[in-house]
Amino acid sequence: MTGSIMDTFFEECEELLEAMDAGLAAIEEGDQDPETVNAVFRAVHSIKGGAGAFGLDDLVAFAHNFETVFDDVRSNKLQLDEKLIQLLFRASDHLSDLVVCARDGGQIDEAHHTVLIAALAEYIDEEEEELVFEPMGMGAAFEPAPLAEVQQETSYDIRFHPLKEMFATGNEPYFLFQALADLGTLSVKLDDSELPGFDAMEDGESYLSWELTLVTGESRSSIEAVFEFVEGLCELSISSEGDDAAEADALAALNAAFGIPLAEDDAAVALPLEQPAPEPVEASAPAEVEAEEVPDSAEDAVVEKAAVAKKDAAKSSGPKPTLRVELDRVDRLINAVGELIINHSMLAQQIANLDASDTRDVETELEGFKNLARDIQEGVMAIRAQPVKPLFQRMARIVREASAATGKTAKLITIGEATEVDKTVIERLADPLTHILRNAVDHGIEAPENRAAAGKDKAGEIRLTAAHRSGSVCIEVKDDGAGLNRKKIRQIAIDKGLIPADAELSDSEIDNLLFMPGFSTAKEISNLSGRGVGLDVVKNAVTALGGRVSISSVPGEGSMFSIILPLTLAVMDGMVVSVAGHTMVVPITAIVETMRGNEDMINNLGSDGTLLSIRGSFVPICDVAGSLGLRTSTTNEPAGVYLLVETENGDRCALAVDDIHDQRQVVIKSLDGVCGNVPGVSAATILGDGKIAMILDPESIVTASSSAAVFDTDRRMNNAIAS
Amino acid sequence: MQLQAETKHTEHSEFVSFTVAGQAFCLQITQIREIRRWQPVTVLPHAPADVLGVMNLRGAVIPIYDLSARFGLQQTEASERNVVIVVSVNDKPVGLLAESVSEIISIDPDDIQETPQVDSRNTMDFIQGIISQNDEMVRIINLNAVISSPEQVSL
Amino acid sequence: MKTRVLAIDDSRTIRNLLAACLEEAGFEYHSAVDGREGVDAYPDVAPDVVITDINMPNLDGFGVIEELRGEGINSKVPILVLTTESSADLKARARAAGATGWITKPFDDESLIFALKRVTGAVA
Repeated sequence: MTGSIMDTFFEECEELLEAMDAGLAAIEEGDQDPETVNAVFRAVHSIKGGAGAFGLDDLVAFAHNFETVFDDVRSNKLQLDEKLIQLLFRASDHLSDLVVCARDGGQIDEAHHTVLIAALAEYIDEEEEELVFEPMGMGAAFEPAPLAEVQQETSYDIRFHPLKEMFATGNEPYFLFQALADLGTLSVKLDDSELPGFDAMEDGESYLSWELTLVTGESRSSIEAVFEFVEGLCELSISSEGDDAAEADALAALNAAFGIPLAEDDAAVALPLEQPAPEPVEASAPAEVEAEEVPDSAEDAVVEKAAVAKKDAAKSSGPKPTLRVELDRVDRLINAVGELIINHSMLAQQIANLDASDTRDVETELEGFKNLARDIQEGVMAIRAQPVKPLFQRMARIVREASAATGKTAKLITIGEATEVDKTVIERLADPLTHILRNAVDHGIEAPENRAAAGKDKAGEIRLTAAHRSGSVCIEVKDDGAGLNRKKIRQIAIDKGLIPADAELSDSEIDNLLFMPGFSTAKEISNLSGRGVGLDVVKNAVTALGGRVSISSVPGEGSMFSIILPLTLAVMDGMVVSVAGHTMVVPITAIVETMRGNEDMINNLGSDGTLLSIRGSFVPICDVAGSLGLRTSTTNEPAGVYLLVETENGDRCALAVDDIHDQRQVVIKSLDGVCGNVPGVSAATILGDGKIAMILDPESIVTASSSAAVFDTDRRMNNAIAS
Repeated sequence: MQLQAETKHTEHSEFVSFTVAGQAFCLQITQIREIRRWQPVTVLPHAPADVLGVMNLRGAVIPIYDLSARFGLQQTEASERNVVIVVSVNDKPVGLLAESVSEIISIDPDDIQETPQVDSRNTMDFIQGIISQNDEMVRIINLNAVISSPEQVSL
Repeated sequence: MKTRVLAIDDSRTIRNLLAACLEEAGFEYHSAVDGREGVDAYPDVAPDVVITDINMPNLDGFGVIEELRGEGINSKVPILVLTTESSADLKARARAAGATGWITKPFDDESLIFALKRVTGAVA
């Protein structure tokens, strides 16, 4: 139970941290709305509250410091200047680290932790500082006594007289006595001697007192704890047999002062107290607080009312109602829809095979079935779709940190935060995007003095954009730095033996050398992009998601990384083809055009190259069967069908296949964990006849055959992954 | 795995024996999920000789290995008479092609003999012990050595 | 009849903790995610006791107490304030608004039940 609540806590933390970051970003942009500050305060506060419940002390302590500073901002004791905003950003980043540490059990950076606490403490004034180090105790200053221990029983005499204010707070003497009765054996005597005649009774006045005797093994503090809520709202005295004479005398004197006779003939209220509560006289007393008695409240009330009115206004434009669903349930549904689509293809195939004279009606119905299945599939996938906003917000932090580490100034501008992408894609994009952004700050943006010399603003600008583009999601990272140094990249690639010294590469090919394994342009290992990983990691991560990444650059103006990802990971539109007797699927999105082959279209080029002529232009032919090693390449014979595909960097290529069957929706089955990376293949699917078909990756088939140099390195990369 | 088979079980363990390239092998019955008749599989491009391809097992894509090729024996010409033994490796189903399934052997763990040292190291790694059954030698397959992990199968 | 609790807190974690503890102890648990929703839910839920957070969007805890105790609703039920702050000032403000008692976060099951017992008597 606690485990799942803890999960809830961490889930909630993520939302709160997002809200906090969004709030801070708004404040940095100059948002002066007190509600924005309030929202950040509440986020930190809620994290602290939840963390306390699970004994996450580091988190509580840090959140407390953070919150204290923010409270002063909230109450305008502190002015938000650039320096404080930056500190708050760092504190928010650290708070997010602490949450991750608490969740995943990592080590916090003690030095950083200490520095930040000290930096926050500078903003906390003396008086509050005491609070900072106040230990977070258990609730209510109440320690339940250990049960196992047999304690000496003591008899306590308790005298209790509620003041009329007590009833305004909803406290009820009877319940307090019940709580006392839990501690031991209680006897209660009502003292109504102060009760005036009926005519003289004033509404709301308190006339009654009680004398109680409690025989208990519990300590005096346990008894006092019972009266905690009414402290100051009643006259209370507690004395025990063991109390010294002076105290007993004092009590007697006090009692005398109240004119309480110590006679035994007062009406005794009999326990047990399990019976329904007797109608207490006090219950009819109107509960009210008179403003005069509490100087602050009138003023507060005005403030609160104003706040209420404002928040009400805010509420009307609030978020749409949402439903939280376990991811597992959604994924089961997605699987079921996948099976439904496969089931549809099986049914369609069987009907086609039927020896029936007229299947038109059935086919019409089947078409309806197909459309419904697609609707359901789209609906289910939409559940998994989430806006990229939280991911982008995290990237803002990466840029901040990278800027701080390199001494450069870079500003992240995000565009298209509302673009929705599959949840898994978002999760798996975090690492590659982090890498690209670090790279952009580290290698893309120039040092401030160089920028100034080039006539640019000293602060670099990085634009992070997300958009939907023809069935795909496109994410771009564009910096306004110096652009890629192609001469240098080429030289490094040659030095590292990645390309032959005489390789003829286009600008775009040179740029994309950066994605090769083992490539790193930084001469010295920098704090950021070093660590022995290159952009090949980015490429692998994106490829694993069925996406593609490329880079383009304009000298002096900057570079741009483009990541193209499929909208969903589960289903795609595919063209079913046959290749050397095997049925395979080519993603529709990759295909520009299909055409039947004939001899006139084939043109030889050199010893083994062949080009396909299409309306006067020539594109290289790539024999899919040959590329996959299914048969020896026979490219000078016309293939059954050519699929014209366009690669990421705009090159066109004709994929030669034997035949095309139809176009249909296929359910993507990942080959991860089944057989490692298969060159030329992105995943598998199950066809209508229950057989598995490979889903081809045109990009990798084309790259594999387009240039010997690239082919070699690509193979090396694949080996690296497979081993 | 080896220790488990040799020392932990004091009661009889059950093994399923089958033939691969004419030799008798066996797997503990608890390692086997199901046995299916051979059906043509989907070939994986560029796959090594001992990876036959992938098969659809109730909606899941599972890899199929040719045990014979894996052991360095000749490749099996798979046909309808052959069987695919579906086992679990690291909780993932994997299919193993064998010629045919023979019988279920119940054996006292004490009767499992250590594999005598022979020259063929490759084979040695795959065998974790031998059983004498009807005067025939039955080799116990060390499943984790045969399929260390699906991802590690280099292609 | 079970004692009916209306818990008002914007933190899902805290609501879940309260729900787990209170349902375990046999209370009837109702909740609201902010002050405004809490006040709006009050007439329908008709709770025997209210537990409210202080820092919340759309009407904070003080606002909740004032509205519940105010003329419109004129509630007499005990109201416990959930607070991480143990400052006397805050308690005084809550009490002035009409709060019956307080529960300091983090709370354990025992102190929560103990606090409820002191203001409602019967437990569950």
